[in-house]
Amino acid sequence: MGRRNGCRFDILLSVRSLPILFGSLLISGACLLALAQATPPGAQNTPAAAAVAATPGSAQQPSASPVFPRNGLNIVVLDPAHGGTDQGARGTEGITESDEVLQFAAATKKALEAQGFQVLSTREGNDNPSFDDRSARANAQRGAVFISLHIASTGLTGTARVYVEPEVPPSATISGLIPWDRAQVPFQGLSRKLGDLVQVELARRFKGSPDTLQTAPVRQLRTTAAPAIAVEISSVSVQNRGDLETMVPGVADAIARGVVAFRPSYVLPTIAVPGGSVQP
Amino acid sequence: MNPKWRLWLGGTLLVAVIAAALYFPALRRQVYKAKDLTEKTAEQARRELLPVTPPSTGDPKIKVKMFWGSHGREGELTPVLVELPLSNDPVLRAKQVLNTLLAGPVDSESRTLPPDAALLAFYILPDGTAIADFSEELRTSIPSGIQSEQVAVESIVRTLEANVPPVLRLKILIHGQEVDTLAGHLDLTQTFRVSAKDESGLKLDNPSAPGSVLPAPIQKAVEKVRRATQR
Repeated sequence: MGRRNGCRFDILLSVRSLPILFGSLLISGACLLALAQATPPGAQNTPAAAAVAATPGSAQQPSASPVFPRNGLNIVVLDPAHGGTDQGARGTEGITESDEVLQFAAATKKALEAQGFQVLSTREGNDNPSFDDRSARANAQRGAVFISLHIASTGLTGTARVYVEPEVPPSATISGLIPWDRAQVPFQGLSRKLGDLVQVELARRFKGSPDTLQTAPVRQLRTTAAPAIAVEISSVSVQNRGDLETMVPGVADAIARGVVAFRPSYVLPTIAVPGGSVQP
Repeated sequence: MNPKWRLWLGGTLLVAVIAAALYFPALRRQVYKAKDLTEKTAEQARRELLPVTPPSTGDPKIKVKMFWGSHGREGELTPVLVELPLSNDPVLRAKQVLNTLLAGPVDSESRTLPPDAALLAFYILPDGTAIADFSEELRTSIPSGIQSEQVAVESIVRTLEANVPPVLRLKILIHGQEVDTLAGHLDLTQTFRVSAKDESGLKLDNPSAPGSVLPAPIQKAVEKVRRATQR
Protein backbone atom coordinates (compact mmCIF):
# COMPACT_ATOMS: atom_id res chain seq x y z
CA MET A 1 0.00 0.00 0.00
CA GLY A 2 2.73 2.33 1.11
CA ARG A 3 4.69 1.46 -2.00
CA ARG A 4 1.70 2.22 -4.22
CA ASN A 5 1.34 5.64 -2.54
CA GLY A 6 5.03 6.23 -3.10
CA CYS A 7 4.64 5.49 -6.83
CA ARG A 8 1.73 7.89 -7.12
CA PHE A 9 3.77 10.57 -5.38
CA ASP A 10 6.68 9.99 -7.81
CA ILE A 11 4.40 10.24 -10.86
CA LEU A 12 2.75 13.35 -9.43
CA LEU A 13 6.19 14.88 -8.83
CA SER A 14 7.38 14.14 -12.39
CA VAL A 15 4.21 15.61 -13.92
CA ARG A 16 4.56 18.76 -11.80
CA SER A 17 8.22 19.15 -12.65
CA LEU A 18 7.65 18.96 -16.42
CA PRO A 19 7.30 22.76 -16.91
CA ILE A 20 10.49 23.29 -14.87
CA LEU A 21 12.32 20.73 -17.04
CA PHE A 22 11.08 22.34 -20.27
CA GLY A 23 12.05 25.75 -18.93
CA SER A 24 15.58 24.57 -18.10
CA LEU A 25 15.95 23.01 -21.54
CA LEU A 26 14.85 26.23 -23.25
CA ILE A 27 17.29 28.32 -21.22
CA SER A 28 20.18 25.88 -21.98
CA GLY A 29 19.33 25.96 -25.70
CA ALA A 30 19.33 29.76 -25.74
CA CYS A 31 22.71 29.82 -23.97
CA LEU A 32 24.24 27.37 -26.49
CA LEU A 33 22.90 29.44 -29.40
CA ALA A 34 24.38 32.61 -27.96
CA LEU A 35 27.74 30.86 -27.48
CA ALA A 36 27.76 29.57 -31.06
CA GLN A 37 27.07 33.07 -32.40
CA ALA A 38 29.87 34.54 -30.28
CA THR A 39 32.46 32.13 -31.84
CA PRO A 40 34.59 33.89 -34.54
CA PRO A 41 33.31 32.83 -37.97
CA GLY A 42 36.82 32.16 -39.29
CA ALA A 43 37.66 29.75 -36.51
CA GLN A 44 35.33 27.09 -37.82
CA ASN A 45 36.38 27.47 -41.42
CA THR A 46 40.14 27.76 -41.31
CA PRO A 47 42.05 25.46 -43.66
CA ALA A 48 43.59 23.97 -40.56
CA ALA A 49 40.22 23.02 -39.19
CA ALA A 50 39.62 21.04 -42.36
CA ALA A 51 43.09 19.57 -42.43
CA VAL A 52 43.20 18.69 -38.77
CA ALA A 53 39.76 17.14 -38.89
CA ALA A 54 40.94 14.74 -41.53
CA THR A 55 43.93 13.62 -39.55
CA PRO A 56 43.74 10.50 -37.45
CA GLY A 57 44.63 11.49 -33.91
CA SER A 58 44.00 15.11 -34.78
CA ALA A 59 43.36 15.94 -31.15
CA GLN A 60 47.10 15.74 -30.64
CA GLN A 61 47.81 18.42 -33.25
CA PRO A 62 48.84 21.62 -31.53
CA SER A 63 46.51 24.60 -31.80
CA ALA A 64 47.98 27.18 -29.48
CA SER A 65 48.01 29.94 -32.11
CA PRO A 66 45.62 32.82 -31.76
CA VAL A 67 43.07 33.12 -34.56
CA PHE A 68 42.52 36.40 -36.41
CA PRO A 69 39.11 36.31 -38.06
CA ARG A 70 39.61 38.85 -40.83
CA ASN A 71 39.11 38.59 -44.55
CA GLY A 72 41.94 38.72 -47.10
CA LEU A 73 45.66 38.31 -46.53
CA ASN A 74 46.63 39.83 -43.18
CA ILE A 75 48.94 37.38 -41.49
CA VAL A 76 52.43 36.20 -42.37
CA VAL A 77 53.79 33.20 -40.50
CA LEU A 78 57.60 33.25 -40.53
CA ASP A 79 59.42 30.01 -39.93
CA PRO A 80 63.08 30.29 -38.95
CA ALA A 81 64.13 26.71 -39.74
CA HIS A 82 65.83 24.27 -37.35
CA GLY A 83 66.75 25.32 -33.77
CA GLY A 84 67.49 23.58 -30.49
CA THR A 85 69.77 20.60 -30.99
CA ASP A 86 69.20 20.78 -34.76
CA GLN A 87 71.61 23.46 -35.94
CA GLY A 88 70.91 22.88 -39.64
CA ALA A 89 73.76 23.81 -41.99
CA ARG A 90 77.08 24.55 -40.32
CA GLY A 91 79.89 26.65 -41.76
CA THR A 92 83.60 26.31 -41.15
CA GLU A 93 83.66 29.60 -39.23
CA GLY A 94 81.18 28.37 -36.63
CA ILE A 95 78.20 29.94 -38.39
CA THR A 96 75.03 27.91 -37.90
CA GLU A 97 71.84 28.05 -39.92
CA SER A 98 69.61 27.89 -36.82
CA ASP A 99 71.19 31.06 -35.33
CA GLU A 100 71.48 33.10 -38.51
CA VAL A 101 67.89 32.54 -39.67
CA LEU A 102 66.66 34.22 -36.48
CA GLN A 103 68.30 37.47 -37.60
CA PHE A 104 66.73 37.19 -41.04
CA ALA A 105 63.36 36.45 -39.42
CA ALA A 106 63.57 39.45 -37.08
CA ALA A 107 64.36 41.87 -39.94
CA THR A 108 61.67 40.34 -42.16
CA LYS A 109 59.13 40.68 -39.34
CA LYS A 110 59.92 44.41 -39.05
CA ALA A 111 59.64 44.94 -42.80
CA LEU A 112 56.31 43.10 -42.97
CA GLU A 113 54.87 44.90 -39.94
CA ALA A 114 55.77 48.19 -41.61
CA GLN A 115 53.52 47.09 -44.46
CA GLY A 116 50.63 46.46 -42.05
CA PHE A 117 50.86 42.68 -41.76
CA GLN A 118 50.46 40.78 -38.52
CA VAL A 119 53.53 38.56 -38.20
CA LEU A 120 53.67 35.30 -36.26
CA SER A 121 56.79 33.23 -35.81
CA THR A 122 57.09 29.47 -35.43
CA ARG A 123 59.95 30.01 -32.99
CA GLU A 124 61.47 33.02 -31.26
CA GLY A 125 64.40 31.46 -29.42
CA ASN A 126 66.60 28.41 -29.64
CA ASP A 127 63.86 25.79 -29.63
CA ASN A 128 62.95 23.30 -32.34
CA PRO A 129 59.23 22.78 -32.90
CA SER A 130 58.31 19.77 -35.05
CA PHE A 131 57.39 20.14 -38.71
CA ASP A 132 53.73 19.60 -37.80
CA ASP A 133 53.83 22.16 -34.96
CA ARG A 134 55.23 24.74 -37.37
CA SER A 135 52.59 23.96 -40.00
CA ALA A 136 49.86 24.09 -37.35
CA ARG A 137 50.86 27.66 -36.53
CA ALA A 138 49.89 28.68 -40.08
CA ASN A 139 47.03 26.22 -40.48
CA ALA A 140 45.19 27.73 -37.50
CA GLN A 141 44.96 31.11 -39.25
CA ARG A 142 42.63 32.38 -41.91
CA GLY A 143 44.21 34.74 -44.41
CA ALA A 144 47.83 33.76 -43.83
CA VAL A 145 50.91 32.93 -45.88
CA PHE A 146 53.81 30.80 -44.64
CA ILE A 147 57.46 31.63 -45.30
CA SER A 148 60.16 29.22 -44.19
CA LEU A 149 63.67 30.72 -43.92
CA HIS A 150 66.81 28.66 -44.57
CA ILE A 151 70.52 29.18 -45.08
CA ALA A 152 72.24 26.58 -47.23
CA SER A 153 75.72 25.16 -46.87
CA THR A 154 76.22 25.27 -50.64
CA GLY A 155 75.35 27.62 -53.48
CA LEU A 156 76.83 30.82 -54.84
CA THR A 157 77.52 33.12 -51.90
CA GLY A 158 75.23 36.14 -51.78
CA THR A 159 72.35 34.55 -53.66
CA ALA A 160 68.85 33.50 -52.59
CA ARG A 161 66.35 31.04 -54.01
CA VAL A 162 62.64 30.46 -53.45
CA TYR A 163 61.27 26.90 -53.36
CA VAL A 164 57.73 25.62 -53.64
CA GLU A 165 56.34 22.08 -53.57
CA PRO A 166 56.20 20.30 -56.95
CA GLU A 167 52.67 20.16 -58.33
CA VAL A 168 50.65 17.04 -57.59
CA PRO A 169 47.03 16.49 -58.62
CA PRO A 170 44.53 17.57 -55.94
CA SER A 171 42.65 14.82 -54.15
CA ALA A 172 39.95 15.76 -51.69
CA THR A 173 38.11 13.27 -49.57
CA ILE A 174 34.36 12.75 -50.03
CA SER A 175 33.71 15.17 -47.16
CA GLY A 176 35.90 17.84 -48.72
CA LEU A 177 38.41 17.65 -45.87
CA ILE A 178 42.08 18.17 -46.69
CA PRO A 179 44.32 15.33 -45.49
CA TRP A 180 47.01 16.70 -43.17
CA ASP A 181 49.76 14.98 -45.18
CA ARG A 182 48.68 16.75 -48.36
CA ALA A 183 47.56 20.06 -46.89
CA GLN A 184 49.64 22.08 -49.37
CA VAL A 185 47.97 20.60 -52.49
CA PRO A 186 45.00 23.04 -52.77
CA PHE A 187 47.37 26.00 -52.29
CA GLN A 188 49.98 25.04 -54.93
CA GLY A 189 48.88 27.70 -57.41
CA LEU A 190 48.94 30.46 -54.81
CA SER A 191 52.30 29.29 -53.47
CA ARG A 192 53.78 29.50 -56.99
CA LYS A 193 52.38 33.01 -57.44
CA LEU A 194 53.82 34.16 -54.10
CA GLY A 195 57.12 32.39 -54.84
CA ASP A 196 57.44 34.04 -58.26
CA LEU A 197 56.88 37.50 -56.81
CA VAL A 198 59.40 37.03 -53.98
CA GLN A 199 61.99 35.47 -56.33
CA VAL A 200 61.77 38.46 -58.71
CA GLU A 201 62.46 40.80 -55.79
CA LEU A 202 65.37 38.66 -54.57
CA ALA A 203 66.90 38.43 -58.06
CA ARG A 204 66.79 42.24 -58.28
CA ARG A 205 68.79 42.63 -55.10
CA PHE A 206 71.16 39.67 -55.22
CA LYS A 207 73.08 39.12 -58.46
CA GLY A 208 73.43 35.50 -59.45
CA SER A 209 70.09 34.49 -57.90
CA PRO A 210 67.78 32.67 -60.30
CA ASP A 211 65.04 34.69 -62.02
CA THR A 212 62.43 32.01 -61.49
CA LEU A 213 61.44 29.96 -58.48
CA GLN A 214 62.58 26.37 -57.92
CA THR A 215 60.52 23.32 -57.05
CA ALA A 216 61.57 20.77 -54.45
CA PRO A 217 59.67 18.47 -52.10
CA VAL A 218 60.49 20.44 -48.96
CA ARG A 219 59.07 18.57 -45.97
CA GLN A 220 57.97 21.69 -44.10
CA LEU A 221 55.77 22.91 -46.95
CA ARG A 222 53.85 19.65 -47.47
CA THR A 223 51.67 19.92 -44.35
CA THR A 224 51.02 23.65 -44.59
CA ALA A 225 47.46 24.61 -45.57
CA ALA A 226 48.31 28.11 -46.80
CA PRO A 227 50.33 29.64 -49.63
CA ALA A 228 53.80 28.49 -48.56
CA ILE A 229 57.34 29.07 -49.77
CA ALA A 230 60.84 28.30 -48.54
CA VAL A 231 63.54 30.95 -49.02
CA GLU A 232 67.10 29.59 -49.01
CA ILE A 233 70.06 31.93 -48.72
CA SER A 234 73.63 30.99 -49.64
CA SER A 235 75.51 30.27 -47.52
CA VAL A 236 76.89 29.41 -44.09
CA SER A 237 80.22 28.68 -45.82
CA VAL A 238 81.18 32.38 -46.00
CA GLN A 239 84.57 33.28 -44.51
CA ASN A 240 83.15 36.24 -42.65
CA ARG A 241 79.84 36.31 -40.79
CA GLY A 242 79.43 39.93 -41.89
CA ASP A 243 79.08 38.82 -45.55
CA LEU A 244 75.94 36.93 -44.63
CA GLU A 245 74.61 39.67 -42.39
CA THR A 246 74.83 42.27 -45.17
CA MET A 247 72.10 40.25 -46.91
CA VAL A 248 69.63 40.63 -44.01
CA PRO A 249 67.99 43.99 -45.00
CA GLY A 250 67.79 43.00 -48.69
CA VAL A 251 66.16 39.65 -48.01
CA ALA A 252 63.69 41.22 -45.55
CA ASP A 253 62.73 43.96 -48.00
CA ALA A 254 62.40 41.52 -50.92
CA ILE A 255 60.09 39.25 -48.95
CA ALA A 256 57.96 42.16 -47.71
CA ARG A 257 57.59 43.61 -51.21
CA GLY A 258 56.81 40.18 -52.65
CA VAL A 259 54.06 39.60 -50.07
CA VAL A 260 52.61 43.08 -50.70
CA ALA A 261 52.51 42.38 -54.45
CA PHE A 262 50.86 39.03 -53.74
CA ARG A 263 48.12 40.52 -51.53
CA PRO A 264 45.60 41.30 -54.34
CA SER A 265 45.87 37.75 -55.76
CA TYR A 266 45.10 36.11 -52.44
CA VAL A 267 41.81 34.25 -52.75
CA LEU A 268 41.16 31.06 -50.79
CA PRO A 269 41.04 28.09 -53.20
CA THR A 270 37.93 25.96 -53.48
CA ILE A 271 38.18 22.20 -53.10
CA ALA A 272 36.25 20.13 -55.61
CA VAL A 273 34.11 17.48 -53.93
CA PRO A 274 31.49 15.18 -55.44
CA GLY A 275 28.23 17.12 -55.60
CA GLY A 276 29.61 20.62 -55.04
CA SER A 277 32.61 22.55 -53.84
CA VAL A 278 33.92 23.49 -50.45
CA GLN A 279 36.00 26.49 -49.50
CA PRO A 280 38.57 25.64 -46.88
CA MET B 1 92.70 13.71 14.88
CA ASN B 2 95.73 15.91 15.27
CA PRO B 3 96.23 18.95 13.01
CA LYS B 4 99.08 17.22 11.09
CA TRP B 5 96.84 14.34 10.02
CA ARG B 6 94.07 16.74 9.16
CA LEU B 7 96.46 18.63 6.90
CA TRP B 8 97.58 15.39 5.20
CA LEU B 9 93.99 14.28 4.64
CA GLY B 10 92.97 17.66 3.26
CA GLY B 11 95.98 17.74 0.95
CA THR B 12 95.31 14.21 -0.35
CA LEU B 13 91.67 15.06 -1.04
CA LEU B 14 92.67 18.25 -2.86
CA VAL B 15 95.15 16.32 -5.03
CA ALA B 16 92.46 13.74 -5.80
CA VAL B 17 89.97 16.45 -6.84
CA ILE B 18 92.54 18.15 -9.11
CA ALA B 19 93.51 14.80 -10.68
CA ALA B 20 89.84 13.97 -11.32
CA ALA B 21 89.23 17.39 -12.87
CA LEU B 22 92.23 16.93 -15.17
CA TYR B 23 91.22 13.39 -16.11
CA PHE B 24 87.53 14.22 -16.76
CA PRO B 25 87.91 15.74 -20.29
CA ALA B 26 90.06 12.79 -21.39
CA LEU B 27 87.49 10.37 -19.98
CA ARG B 28 84.69 12.16 -21.82
CA ARG B 29 86.64 11.99 -25.08
CA GLN B 30 87.15 8.26 -24.57
CA VAL B 31 83.42 7.73 -23.94
CA TYR B 32 82.51 9.58 -27.14
CA LYS B 33 85.13 7.61 -29.08
CA ALA B 34 83.74 4.35 -27.71
CA LYS B 35 80.22 5.41 -28.70
CA ASP B 36 81.34 6.22 -32.27
CA LEU B 37 83.17 2.91 -32.49
CA THR B 38 80.07 0.97 -31.39
CA GLU B 39 77.92 2.75 -33.96
CA LYS B 40 80.45 2.14 -36.72
CA THR B 41 80.79 -1.50 -35.76
CA ALA B 42 77.02 -1.98 -35.99
CA GLU B 43 77.01 -0.34 -39.42
CA GLN B 44 79.96 -2.49 -40.52
CA ALA B 45 78.27 -5.66 -39.26
CA ARG B 46 75.18 -4.83 -41.25
CA ARG B 47 77.22 -4.27 -44.39
CA GLU B 48 79.06 -7.55 -43.88
CA LEU B 49 75.79 -9.42 -43.48
CA LEU B 50 74.39 -8.06 -46.71
CA PRO B 51 75.09 -9.96 -49.90
CA VAL B 52 77.83 -8.26 -51.89
CA THR B 53 77.06 -7.37 -55.49
CA PRO B 54 78.74 -10.12 -57.53
CA PRO B 55 81.61 -8.95 -59.71
CA SER B 56 80.40 -8.35 -63.21
CA THR B 57 83.56 -9.09 -65.15
CA GLY B 58 81.64 -11.32 -67.54
CA ASP B 59 79.07 -8.65 -68.37
CA PRO B 60 79.50 -6.65 -71.55
CA LYS B 61 80.85 -3.14 -71.16
CA ILE B 62 78.19 -0.55 -71.84
CA LYS B 63 78.35 3.24 -71.90
CA VAL B 64 76.19 4.45 -69.02
CA LYS B 65 75.02 7.96 -68.24
CA MET B 66 75.93 9.08 -64.73
CA PHE B 67 74.52 12.33 -63.37
CA TRP B 68 77.06 14.25 -61.31
CA GLY B 69 77.22 17.92 -60.35
CA SER B 70 78.04 20.51 -62.99
CA HIS B 71 81.48 22.02 -62.54
CA GLY B 72 81.12 25.69 -61.60
CA ARG B 73 77.30 25.63 -61.67
CA GLU B 74 76.05 24.65 -58.24
CA GLY B 75 72.68 22.99 -58.08
CA GLU B 76 72.85 21.62 -61.61
CA LEU B 77 73.60 18.14 -62.91
CA THR B 78 75.56 17.08 -65.97
CA PRO B 79 75.39 13.66 -67.63
CA VAL B 80 78.78 11.97 -67.87
CA LEU B 81 79.32 8.88 -70.06
CA VAL B 82 81.16 6.09 -68.26
CA GLU B 83 81.96 2.62 -69.67
CA LEU B 84 80.94 -0.08 -67.22
CA PRO B 85 80.38 -3.84 -67.32
CA LEU B 86 76.62 -3.92 -66.71
CA SER B 87 74.37 -6.83 -65.84
CA ASN B 88 71.10 -7.43 -67.66
CA ASP B 89 69.33 -8.04 -64.35
CA PRO B 90 67.71 -4.69 -63.38
CA VAL B 91 68.47 -5.06 -59.65
CA LEU B 92 72.16 -5.88 -60.22
CA ARG B 93 72.36 -3.18 -62.85
CA ALA B 94 70.86 -0.60 -60.47
CA LYS B 95 73.35 -1.60 -57.76
CA GLN B 96 76.24 -1.28 -60.20
CA VAL B 97 75.26 2.20 -61.38
CA LEU B 98 74.44 3.46 -57.89
CA ASN B 99 77.74 2.17 -56.51
CA THR B 100 79.52 3.98 -59.36
CA LEU B 101 77.54 7.12 -58.53
CA LEU B 102 78.57 6.81 -54.87
CA ALA B 103 82.22 6.24 -55.82
CA GLY B 104 82.02 9.68 -57.43
CA PRO B 105 83.50 11.36 -60.49
CA VAL B 106 87.18 12.00 -61.14
CA ASP B 107 86.64 15.63 -60.18
CA SER B 108 85.63 15.40 -56.51
CA GLU B 109 83.95 18.83 -56.64
CA SER B 110 81.26 17.37 -58.89
CA ARG B 111 80.37 14.74 -56.32
CA THR B 112 76.67 14.66 -55.40
CA LEU B 113 76.72 12.00 -52.66
CA PRO B 114 78.98 11.75 -49.59
CA PRO B 115 82.04 9.52 -50.17
CA ASP B 116 81.43 7.48 -47.02
CA ALA B 117 77.79 6.65 -47.85
CA ALA B 118 77.02 3.12 -49.01
CA LEU B 119 74.15 1.37 -50.73
CA LEU B 120 73.01 -1.31 -48.28
CA ALA B 121 70.19 -2.87 -50.30
CA PHE B 122 68.26 -2.39 -53.49
CA TYR B 123 65.19 -4.19 -54.77
CA ILE B 124 62.41 -3.60 -57.26
CA LEU B 125 58.75 -4.36 -56.51
CA PRO B 126 56.46 -5.78 -59.20
CA ASP B 127 54.76 -2.39 -59.69
CA GLY B 128 58.06 -0.74 -60.66
CA THR B 129 58.76 0.89 -57.30
CA ALA B 130 62.43 0.54 -56.39
CA ILE B 131 63.57 0.61 -52.77
CA ALA B 132 67.10 1.90 -52.22
CA ASP B 133 68.45 1.52 -48.71
CA PHE B 134 71.46 3.71 -47.96
CA SER B 135 73.73 3.84 -44.93
CA GLU B 136 73.31 6.54 -42.27
CA GLU B 137 76.19 8.53 -43.82
CA LEU B 138 73.92 9.64 -46.65
CA ARG B 139 72.06 11.75 -44.06
CA THR B 140 74.88 12.74 -41.76
CA SER B 141 77.63 13.58 -44.26
CA ILE B 142 75.62 15.38 -46.90
CA PRO B 143 75.86 19.21 -46.86
CA SER B 144 72.60 20.39 -45.28
CA GLY B 145 70.34 22.53 -47.47
CA ILE B 146 67.41 22.28 -49.87
CA GLN B 147 69.65 22.66 -52.92
CA SER B 148 72.32 20.13 -51.94
CA GLU B 149 69.77 17.55 -50.80
CA GLN B 150 67.76 17.95 -53.98
CA VAL B 151 70.88 17.56 -56.13
CA ALA B 152 71.74 14.34 -54.28
CA VAL B 153 68.31 12.78 -54.80
CA GLU B 154 68.04 14.08 -58.35
CA SER B 155 71.39 12.51 -59.27
CA ILE B 156 70.16 9.12 -58.00
CA VAL B 157 66.79 9.45 -59.75
CA ARG B 158 68.19 10.59 -63.10
CA THR B 159 70.96 7.99 -63.12
CA LEU B 160 68.38 5.25 -62.51
CA GLU B 161 66.09 6.72 -65.16
CA ALA B 162 68.87 6.70 -67.75
CA ASN B 163 70.16 3.21 -67.03
CA VAL B 164 67.50 1.05 -65.38
CA PRO B 165 64.24 1.41 -67.37
CA PRO B 166 62.11 -0.99 -65.24
CA VAL B 167 62.36 1.44 -62.29
CA LEU B 168 59.33 3.76 -62.35
CA ARG B 169 59.45 5.18 -58.82
CA LEU B 170 62.05 5.31 -56.08
CA LYS B 171 61.70 5.08 -52.33
CA ILE B 172 64.79 5.99 -50.31
CA LEU B 173 65.34 4.35 -46.93
CA ILE B 174 68.12 5.11 -44.49
CA HIS B 175 69.53 2.11 -42.64
CA GLY B 176 66.39 0.15 -43.42
CA GLN B 177 64.03 2.79 -42.05
CA GLU B 178 61.78 5.42 -43.54
CA VAL B 179 62.95 8.89 -42.46
CA ASP B 180 61.21 12.26 -42.56
CA THR B 181 63.94 14.16 -44.40
CA LEU B 182 67.34 13.59 -45.94
CA ALA B 183 69.22 16.17 -43.86
CA GLY B 184 66.48 18.39 -42.47
CA HIS B 185 64.88 19.63 -45.68
CA LEU B 186 64.03 17.22 -48.49
CA ASP B 187 60.97 15.04 -47.91
CA LEU B 188 61.83 11.33 -47.97
CA THR B 189 58.43 10.05 -46.82
CA GLN B 190 57.18 9.92 -50.39
CA THR B 191 58.38 8.17 -53.51
CA PHE B 192 60.24 9.96 -56.28
CA ARG B 193 59.04 9.49 -59.82
CA VAL B 194 61.89 8.04 -61.87
CA SER B 195 60.26 7.33 -65.21
CA ALA B 196 57.97 9.53 -67.27
CA LYS B 197 55.87 6.39 -67.92
CA ASP B 198 53.49 4.50 -65.65
CA GLU B 199 53.23 0.69 -65.24
CA SER B 200 51.21 0.30 -68.46
CA GLY B 201 53.82 2.23 -70.45
CA LEU B 202 51.68 5.36 -70.82
CA LYS B 203 53.41 8.73 -70.58
CA LEU B 204 52.57 10.69 -67.44
CA ASP B 205 51.53 14.36 -67.50
CA ASN B 206 53.94 15.70 -64.93
CA PRO B 207 56.97 13.44 -64.67
CA SER B 208 58.95 15.93 -62.60
CA ALA B 209 56.52 15.72 -59.67
CA PRO B 210 57.29 13.34 -56.86
CA GLY B 211 55.40 10.06 -56.95
CA SER B 212 52.31 10.62 -54.85
CA VAL B 213 52.15 8.08 -52.09
CA LEU B 214 53.43 4.55 -51.75
CA PRO B 215 51.28 1.72 -53.08
CA ALA B 216 48.91 0.51 -50.34
CA PRO B 217 50.73 -2.76 -49.42
CA ILE B 218 54.09 -0.97 -49.11
CA GLN B 219 52.50 1.88 -47.19
CA LYS B 220 51.07 -0.69 -44.75
CA ALA B 221 54.46 -2.35 -44.36
CA VAL B 222 56.16 1.00 -43.79
CA GLU B 223 53.51 1.93 -41.19
CA LYS B 224 54.11 -1.41 -39.43
CA VAL B 225 57.86 -0.80 -39.28
CA ARG B 226 57.26 2.77 -38.05
CA ARG B 227 54.92 1.55 -35.29
CA ALA B 228 57.32 -1.19 -34.27
CA THR B 229 60.22 1.25 -34.02
CA GLN B 230 58.18 3.74 -32.03
CA ARG B 231 57.28 1.12 -29.40
